[in-house]
Amino acid sequence: MTDSAQLYRTVRLIRRFEQRAIELVRSGTIPGGIHPYLGQEAIAAGVCGALRADDIITSTHRGHGHVLAKGADPIRMLAELAGRETGLNRGRGGSMHAAEVGVGIYGANAIVGAAAAIATGAAWWHRQTGHDRVAVSFFGDGAVNQGVLLETLNLASLWRAPVLFVCENNGFATSMRVEDSTAGSITGRAEAFGIPAETVDGMDPELVLAATVRAVDRARAGQGPTFLECLTYRFDAHHTWEYLARPRYRSAEEVAAGSVRDPLQIQAERVDSDVRAGIDAEIEAILDQAVAFLADSPEPDPAGALDYLYAGRTRGRPGSL
Amino acid sequence: MPILSYLRALNRALSDEMERDPAVCVFGEDIGVAVSNVTTGLLKKYGPDRVIDMPISEQAFTSVATGAAMAGARPVIEFQIPALLYLVFEQIANQAHKFSLMTGGQLHVPVTYLLPSSGSRTGWAGQHSDHPYSLFAHVGVKTVVPATPTDAYGLLLSAIRDDDPVILFAPAEAVPRREDIDFATLAPVPIGQARVHRAGTDVTVVAVGHLVHDALAVAEELAGTISVEVFDPRTLYPFDWDALAGSLERTGRLVVIDDSNRSCGIGGEILATAAEQMRLVVPPRRVTRPDGAVLPFARALDLAVQPSRAQLRAAVEAVAKAV
Repeated sequence: MTDSAQLYRTVRLIRRFEQRAIELVRSGTIPGGIHPYLGQEAIAAGVCGALRADDIITSTHRGHGHVLAKGADPIRMLAELAGRETGLNRGRGGSMHAAEVGVGIYGANAIVGAAAAIATGAAWWHRQTGHDRVAVSFFGDGAVNQGVLLETLNLASLWRAPVLFVCENNGFATSMRVEDSTAGSITGRAEAFGIPAETVDGMDPELVLAATVRAVDRARAGQGPTFLECLTYRFDAHHTWEYLARPRYRSAEEVAAGSVRDPLQIQAERVDSDVRAGIDAEIEAILDQAVAFLADSPEPDPAGALDYLYAGRTRGRPGSL
Repeated sequence: MPILSYLRALNRALSDEMERDPAVCVFGEDIGVAVSNVTTGLLKKYGPDRVIDMPISEQAFTSVATGAAMAGARPVIEFQIPALLYLVFEQIANQAHKFSLMTGGQLHVPVTYLLPSSGSRTGWAGQHSDHPYSLFAHVGVKTVVPATPTDAYGLLLSAIRDDDPVILFAPAEAVPRREDIDFATLAPVPIGQARVHRAGTDVTVVAVGHLVHDALAVAEELAGTISVEVFDPRTLYPFDWDALAGSLERTGRLVVIDDSNRSCGIGGEILATAAEQMRLVVPPRRVTRPDGAVLPFARALDLAVQPSRAQLRAAVEAVAKAV
């Protein structure tokens, strides 16, 4: 069972990883920018804290938290964001597609709501083959109006698939407010398909963990899917592009008010300060090592730009002959 | 010798692979009762855990197959209607196809998409009559279009065994085909390997899918005057360019007949590649559907839009005469 210190460690790791990654975006080391997970760390930490290593997750464009919490190596993760051959995906995926299959991460997915069906398929097959592994699909509030997600809720409930749907409701789909995008309620969508749904304080890692443990127990016992709506707030930009584009969809006052309850502080108060200091130092050492590692890591060879496109020996023709 | 029909060949390939490999399962709409006659008997033999009738939720079940494949399954999805591929283009082109590269080779998606009746079924009108194989060849999904029952059997076997997504189009006009064969000779047909149905020395006709049979008929009609080689690529992606180059070394003259719309159809790619890299002594031609065609309902209008034997014959004669 994941204890308070472990939850704190995960939240802290994600927080500091994201802050370091933003520095690397600003310096140009990470191309393409990132979707920072700052403010939402309790959800990844709490949900993944309830999972086994052989359970599966699918993640989103805002996926660093999920991937780190599920156990991906932060050093190779940072190298992936910088597009290095030593990255989790050998530099072929980047921020929006980070995956480490060995610890059950079937990839971050850049199409909103697209991965729930993938997680459900994995969950269904595990049960067909006699395993008790569960799958979790993370998505944001923006995904709940996407047709394929709603179709998936129906299939998962129909089949009682061992899958958890975790909706991170941070109030915004990029710039669009939930109240402007979503008729009815988010949990009402799940309930309409006969899926038990619960709204959770997504700022408190312990509450997210407890809700997920209940959902995982149900799934492993063959009782089917659960839907968790985790209420949270995105402290930073939708994407680091906003630092330049400066779209105005929420005021500084609103962001400050939304950031008052901070998952890092909430969990820090539950851990002795000397234990905390040890964890903080360990994380800084890992991130220092990660930055040094990516600096030493080679860029992939352009000759291999389409390596891994196919499983076998199939190769397409080059673009110029 | 026993008769093998095209649909029986697909059915036999599914059954043989399900027998051989417990990871093979079939998804689709109305497959329990085998509305398209492809899954006949499979539900009874393999049960509802492996022959899964789906609600009308194509986008979800296409990606469910992707997730199951990542976890070790080898799903085959039957789509009754080719236009459903537009609905699931995201799930195939942008999800299933991209995971291998995006994950640096960590994940593979061995799913087969089976279209047991593609192209025109005269009278099925605008939204049931497309033949969108060129779209999949364009995005790089392995794409096969068997013309005969034995190739249908062999290519479906190879598709299921392949570790990447593969799409198999069974043209509606090829589906009534039957062959007298010894069933013991049925075998996998490698993806990416063309087949010359009839050797010739004057003009190479590349014919896709059901049009192979039209090409053979035209070759027979012209036999006294023009020696036509009938080249069936069988796989549109990856295409067997070496075999085509070999054929053009002999003939130097090329006509393509392709049931795609003209712009950006596979026929255009075949002509372009031949012009860039192969031996052509006169300009090549292609016979296709018109640009941007939507198949109209009335029989005469539907047929007016499909590539015809008469058009092919005229093109072959023109290319044979050209200097």
